Amino acid sequence: MRRLFLLLLVIATPLWAVEPDEVLDDPVLEQRARDISANVRCVVCQNEPIDSSNAGVARDLRILIRERLVAGNTDAEIYDFLVARYGDFVLFRPPLKPSTYLLWGAPILILLIGASAVVLTLTRTRKAAAAEGLSAEEQARLDALLEQDKK
Amino acid sequence: MKRLLFFIPLAVAAFLGGFFFWGLTGDRDPNAIPSVLISQPVPSFALDAVPGLETPGLSEADLQGSGELMLVNVFASWCGPCRAEHPLLTRLVEEEGIPLMGINYKDKAEDAVAWLDELGNPYARIGYDISGRAGIEWGVTGVPETFVIGADGTILYREAGPVVGDGMKRLMEAIEAAKAGA
Repeated sequence: MRRLFLLLLVIATPLWAVEPDEVLDDPVLEQRARDISANVRCVVCQNEPIDSSNAGVARDLRILIRERLVAGNTDAEIYDFLVARYGDFVLFRPPLKPSTYLLWGAPILILLIGASAVVLTLTRTRKAAAAEGLSAEEQARLDALLEQDKK
Repeated sequence: MKRLLFFIPLAVAAFLGGFFFWGLTGDRDPNAIPSVLISQPVPSFALDAVPGLETPGLSEADLQGSGELMLVNVFASWCGPCRAEHPLLTRLVEEEGIPLMGINYKDKAEDAVAWLDELGNPYARIGYDISGRAGIEWGVTGVPETFVIGADGTILYREAGPVVGDGMKRLMEAIEAAKAGA
């Protein structure tokens, strides 16, 4: 049983949508193709990269990316080609440009708002505590109690 | 002053509520992919005729500077919604006299011929895109899709999905706007 399990582990390979006939002979180019594919959104299934999508268009795009790599295109040229046809939407990582400044800046903005709120509250309570202090009567009672403790 | 601070959570909740309400209502389709091809010239492509069909093939030259408004419809015999929009497109060609060009997307030639035999062929030209490469040039995400091409060969409008019901309404609005602008 245990042997069978181990055998299965050896035989089983991760399930990829990339079909054997798509894979390039050159491992370096193939890796680049895989990296690009992982960043490109499938336009049919939308929340899946074309690297793991079984949609027809995704397969076409994978093959197209490989053809362009073989033809000597740079990664940037391939991304530009896809964006020219399908828009920024095909990229899982939106580019930094005026219309996306808010998108990229939002986490920092929210962090700043939160941090300033925390700082503001902390300084306020500390000031309040410092301002009150102890009255002469309270101080006398505290001294008396401390004296008692010493004995 | 301190009293006012107590209203902050309410204001935040109201703001978020309004945002979510806006997100959930209305005609906005979060799955709609904005086409980058709008107001761009038609992409370069050249397609042969569908084998076994007399209708000539389609290339960018047929759409550039033709001097009249045209429609480009991406269709396939295997696509159900294409069948639904077919009579409406046919009527549009007959009644409005707008030339209709077709891109037969990833279809078997004999199936496409049989499909057009059965339903009628309103297309002036049909390009046979068996590889889907022309589809990629057009940024096609699925069939059917319909493009409005201006007299100067720029893409004015794209309707993803069948031009029935609201789709037809939007297409007609785009055609009217194109006519008014020309």
